[in-house]
Amino acid sequence: MDTGDLESDLKRLVGDILDEARKQGATGAEVSVGDDEGLTVVVRQRDIETIEFSQDRGFGITVYVGLRKGTATTSDSRPEAVRRTVRAALGIARHTEDDACNGLADPDRMATELPDLDLHHPWHADADALREVALETEAAALDRDPRIVNSEGAEVATQRSCRVYGNTHGFMGAVTGTRHSVHCAVVAGDDGGMERDHWYSIARDPEDLDDPVGVGREAAQRALARLGTRPIRTGNWPVLFSPRMAAGLIGHLVGAISGAALYRRASYLTDSLGKQVAAQGVTLAEYPHLPKALGSAGFDADGVATESKAFVQEGRLARYVLGSYSARRLGLTTTGNAGGVFNLALETERECPAALMRQMGTGLVVTELMGQGVDLVSGHYSRAAAGIWIEGGEPAYPVEKVTIASTLDDMYHGIVAAGDDIDRRSNVHTGSVLIESMTVAS
Amino acid sequence: MTQLIETAKQDLWEPGEIGETDVSRLIGRLMHRQVDAGELFFQQRRSESWMLEDGIVKDGAFSVDRGVGVRAVSGEKTGFAFADDIVLPALGKAADAARTIARTGGDGSIQAYRRREVAPRYADTDPLESFTEHEKVALLSRVDGFARGLDPCVKQVTARLAANIETNLVVGSDGTFAGDVRPLVRFDVAVIVERDGRRERGFAGGGGRHDFSWILSGDADEEARKYAREAVRQALTNLDAVDAPAGSMPVVLGPGWAGVLLHEAVGHGLEGDFNRKGTSAYTGRIGEKVASELCTVVDDATMKERRGSLTLDDEGTPGQRTVLIENGVLKGYMQDKLNARLMKTPSTGNGRRESYGCLPMPRMTNTLLLAGDSDPGEIIASVGDGVYAVSFGGGQVDITSGRFVFSATEAYRIENGKVTVPVRGMSLVGSGPEVMTRVSMVGNDLALDEGVGTCGKEGQSVPVGVGQPTVKIDEITVGGTV
Repeated sequence: MDTGDLESDLKRLVGDILDEARKQGATGAEVSVGDDEGLTVVVRQRDIETIEFSQDRGFGITVYVGLRKGTATTSDSRPEAVRRTVRAALGIARHTEDDACNGLADPDRMATELPDLDLHHPWHADADALREVALETEAAALDRDPRIVNSEGAEVATQRSCRVYGNTHGFMGAVTGTRHSVHCAVVAGDDGGMERDHWYSIARDPEDLDDPVGVGREAAQRALARLGTRPIRTGNWPVLFSPRMAAGLIGHLVGAISGAALYRRASYLTDSLGKQVAAQGVTLAEYPHLPKALGSAGFDADGVATESKAFVQEGRLARYVLGSYSARRLGLTTTGNAGGVFNLALETERECPAALMRQMGTGLVVTELMGQGVDLVSGHYSRAAAGIWIEGGEPAYPVEKVTIASTLDDMYHGIVAAGDDIDRRSNVHTGSVLIESMTVAS
Repeated sequence: MTQLIETAKQDLWEPGEIGETDVSRLIGRLMHRQVDAGELFFQQRRSESWMLEDGIVKDGAFSVDRGVGVRAVSGEKTGFAFADDIVLPALGKAADAARTIARTGGDGSIQAYRRREVAPRYADTDPLESFTEHEKVALLSRVDGFARGLDPCVKQVTARLAANIETNLVVGSDGTFAGDVRPLVRFDVAVIVERDGRRERGFAGGGGRHDFSWILSGDADEEARKYAREAVRQALTNLDAVDAPAGSMPVVLGPGWAGVLLHEAVGHGLEGDFNRKGTSAYTGRIGEKVASELCTVVDDATMKERRGSLTLDDEGTPGQRTVLIENGVLKGYMQDKLNARLMKTPSTGNGRRESYGCLPMPRMTNTLLLAGDSDPGEIIASVGDGVYAVSFGGGQVDITSGRFVFSATEAYRIENGKVTVPVRGMSLVGSGPEVMTRVSMVGNDLALDEGVGTCGKEGQSVPVGVGQPTVKIDEITVGGTV
């Protein structure tokens, strides 16, 4: 189906569901319908392993009856299922209690112009074509070095997703976008044991994907770089977060300044608006309208218009990350972030990674983090890490099974430099981040 | 059992006017191009949840998800497609997509259906209907009042009730014709306490494959209050916690939920897929000593009404009790049908999938380290300087290297054989194979977790159970700051 036809189809469905909700007595309602279609091909040891076709449609409705609310979701969009689901949501609303902050976002905050974000670029390829790409990717990894002893495979996936959101203010918006990816994971081995690592490329447009050979080689290179680990001495050292790891670190800051954590007082940054929450040089801003970016959107999960803005300006907390419910709870106004942030970027002075290593002298480059040891309530941070030990400003040997620990507050205030090796494969765009000191234990 | 099949057929086939002949014809269509095995997995899951926060029941959700997953297997190759509409045209389309995998191979044979009798492992009940909405939300409000009354430091209480009931029906070319109806409930309380500007949290919850009478029938909310008390106790303990030590030292793990260490450290490495592919640290080691002789580890789907229990797995194979490690010796892996066939061994009933939209994989059910002889008090007393970890927030493992990590949510220093101050911000890091050889004492106090565990693998979440007695590990890396 042509995307225009699909969008109008889904808009009609959203309209029907909203009508049904009004008919059954809701004083307000919002509906989100999703329709996804995808194809994933996995090869392993130079042969095809899995072909997965996916085709999914489902909707969720939130109804308001005065200040009460109820939610229902289903994968069934036939008319009788719509009636049943609306009835279920209203049934829930009858048993919840009045909450003065409930309701749709204010009508004047609804997005009025939806920018064309250039997110829809179908990959006109069938399973055979995707298989060829996957085989080429894995072969590049397997052929890289005899120490690549095994493979978890290469996966090539293409997905189209269409989402329509509408509410009883009369707002209705559609976003259709594609996502394509090439992923490879291999195992390197020597007398010391086996180590796995992976690499991937992801893009809205298949033309923007990295060369499969490059993806395979990088996966192999990363697994090989993990062989020959040595123990290190427990102590306090500078820690350089590689770009993917730095994106996670920034994600924790977003979590700590998000409305849902703040109104529950479940963040170490409760009541911190206007305060210094990171080093002077750190600015954190979002750019929701970047063409082709993975995190772009013209409106948030409340239908509120998105816009570019800074959350942290020169280390100072300029605003929280709020949807309309959490904003009301905090006595503030929504920042158009119901459902999260859109293309967040860390903006600081940038240097090349080699310069950052020279700056740290002796310390740890973290390329992998494991475990859930991040407590946003107390701000304590303790996670398992693997990476490269740096001595005299140069990579010395790989390390594994170490822990890095500190508090989030000390870590953000301890950001002394950032890299120009910016990774845009997620909703957070950042290069490497150098933290002055953390406890590294082994 | 045949009763289960009838219930499943009624829920899953009748709305779309599908009959057994249609399904047989679909299997035939799936097998058409020389496929080794074809399977249809029909599923419906109804879920309900209620959430209290700020003293009011503010959110509730209801959901119905139904569909069918169609799989065609040819050697090591799998074709998969799913439909969220259980009607013939959608099923036919999915079957055609799935069978594109097979170009060569299989004999396309279809076995006669066998309907097996298996004793159900869970209660015959629909937890969504077991109590009225009013009874459920009223419980949440009472628990809120109770938790806030326990200590003036309690600033926030979040209480949740959740239930789902899943009906599935598996029909396969290998003769599988099986249906299962699985209830699952959960109740949990999370609190935030605040004192002198310091904030900490506590969490407790439980559940299983039964209905809410477990928590709604007792006297004076006894069960629900137990969880509220536990959450508040844990949060208050953490208010007094000091920074955790850093470095290698002896660690004593408490009974019950701390078994999540075992789940991560050895459980995942013993799943059949990683071993078939040769990417696990345990590959090819059956019959070898992989742990201290004090360790016997089992995966047990047959426990009555536990969160991880399964009458039948998601491929229609009966749930089993599988010995993985016996007195330190590796005995076997957990298998689903595909990996079992390729490794020429029977499925152990560990084939699980998050939903009809995902492929099954070998997954754990309830994984336990069995009891030993030591008195828990003696285990603590044997440690000069170390930590005692009681509860964990979660863990993760790298199957290939065996590396794992856990974050403690409640832990203490052990000094001169005595449990002293609580510590915070602590993670434990190690290698599964290494740590298991360093188990030097195993307690006689085997306990199971309360029933809130969820395991993630390749993006699919399934409910699981864990359990163990008090265990001493001679040396493990503790990641603190002091």
